[in-house]
Amino acid sequence: MSDFAVEALDIVRVFKGGEVRALDGVTLQVARGEVFGLLGPNGSGKTTMVRILSTILAPTSGVALVNGIDVVKNPQAVRRSIGLAGQNATVDENLTGFENLRMIGLLNHLDKSFVVTQSRALLEQFGLSEAANRTVKTYSGGMRRRLDLGAALVANPPLLFLDEPTTGLDPQSRQDLWAIIEGLVEQGVTVLLTTQYLEEADRLCKQMVVLDHGKIIAEGTSEELKTRLGSTVLSVTFNNTEDARRGAELISVVSTKPANVEGTVVDLTVEHGPSQAADALRRLDGAGIILAGLTLREPSLDDVFLHLTGHKTEDADPASSDAPAKRRDRKARA
Amino acid sequence: MTLTSAPPATKSALRWAISDVLTIARRNLLALVRIPTFLVFAVIQPVMFVLLFRYVFGGVIQVPGVDYVNFLIPGILVQTTIFGAVGTAIGLAEDLQHGLIERFRALPMARIALLGGRTVADLTRNVGVVIIISLVGLAVGFRPTGTLVSYLQACLLMLVFAYCLSWGFAFVGLAAPNSEAAQAMTFPIIFPLTFASSVFVPVDRMPGWLQSFAVHQPVSEAADAVRGLMLGVPHGDSTWITLAWSIGAILVLAPLATRQYRKVA
Repeated sequence: MSDFAVEALDIVRVFKGGEVRALDGVTLQVARGEVFGLLGPNGSGKTTMVRILSTILAPTSGVALVNGIDVVKNPQAVRRSIGLAGQNATVDENLTGFENLRMIGLLNHLDKSFVVTQSRALLEQFGLSEAANRTVKTYSGGMRRRLDLGAALVANPPLLFLDEPTTGLDPQSRQDLWAIIEGLVEQGVTVLLTTQYLEEADRLCKQMVVLDHGKIIAEGTSEELKTRLGSTVLSVTFNNTEDARRGAELISVVSTKPANVEGTVVDLTVEHGPSQAADALRRLDGAGIILAGLTLREPSLDDVFLHLTGHKTEDADPASSDAPAKRRDRKARA
Repeated sequence: MTLTSAPPATKSALRWAISDVLTIARRNLLALVRIPTFLVFAVIQPVMFVLLFRYVFGGVIQVPGVDYVNFLIPGILVQTTIFGAVGTAIGLAEDLQHGLIERFRALPMARIALLGGRTVADLTRNVGVVIIISLVGLAVGFRPTGTLVSYLQACLLMLVFAYCLSWGFAFVGLAAPNSEAAQAMTFPIIFPLTFASSVFVPVDRMPGWLQSFAVHQPVSEAADAVRGLMLGVPHGDSTWITLAWSIGAILVLAPLATRQYRKVA
């Protein structure tokens, strides 16, 4: 068997008769036993990639092997070897936690008594035993996500796809879910996850790729990406937009990266935070500009994006948005 | 939990397909008993129709040669089983709106199970509704004069007929952008079919243009057949015509719905 859990070669997927190129030649490899991150803003193609790898959607062109099996030629065999959870793959609100797992287990064509034992074990493992016989409607967001993850694990798949597993969760639930994912990896499960949070990728992922408009624009470890980005963001708030415009011009010379102006806030990526911040302050002070605020912070994915693509994450083309299950204009995808 | 893969149970593809359909049907039936509005829609509404036509309109409706309550109850049974298909449309539209179908599509389950399970669940609900409305009918004075066997044949006929039609409503549910729209889209279909028919009144008093539609449309045939069987009176070829409509409907509508499912899900 191949050393890779996932091998995708030049995957292209177009929608609306070619108008939207959701994926435009994506090639990636996921090594067994590690967590691989697919980063990008909404509409970058992350979810489309997961849908292709989990056999929900066929690629327009390109080859994808999952656990060594071609997703187009033998989708049923792929389905037996993967688990899927995340924003678009939800659980049934009208069933109890146990009934949900039981249903997914049976639809995985597993032995009935195994399904019951496994469902109970997973509910126990994810702290849902007490809620096992309550309908999911009564669950909190964190409980739903844990159940969702449990549903993906009923068949003990060696490979998990997690599509934005913590989007919309409170910090505590996010921490809980991260711990669970780390536990799974310790047991040898390979995880491919998509996320909009650099912090999440930082904590969990060994390797990652950054997608934008369906193309990979950066790849490597989190350290490598951060090095490319510069370590810190200097964020200066001015009293008015005119000051912000003038200030941006003045301080942009302290860094090799361009300054980003948004209203009265100017963000500047700097390699040597404190000394460049002091430099910037001297320049602003010399020009007589009074500041409303100033912070130095770790780069966010927004900053990564701004740096790598020159546009903010929310600039992504809404037409290529890849959150299909929530979309109302489903027919457009036909 | 370990990485050893879970033990698959061994069954033939057909047996798995049946098992998957039943798993999905069970899920839909659980939702049905847990959501109060579904129950209202499925049971309370037809009971209201019985009471409305029996006691409010019934006094002024004259049907020659038969007590109106005996004319009414078989018709309401047919109408109710067809109305059940609205639930099929809404349920599928809801499934699409929520992400459950996305998960199903990444499972090694039979492709047909989602549609099959939904329609089988709605068929099961119809069995319950037929029993309830029959009992309510008896309570309000319905006296079927046919044999028990022909009564059961009538029930079977309308269940088959409604099941075959429900594939058309499955198509509507899958084509609708959301469940509210699905519900709205079913009414322009279901109202003329059930009301411009022999379900509540004989068609011969309708104006000519409407009569020509009402006489020939399948719901009238089904109502005539069910009424004839339940009351033990001659009803021409309406049983066979109803069966022919049923077979024709499922042969056309099931592939349509299946194709739409592939397209949207």
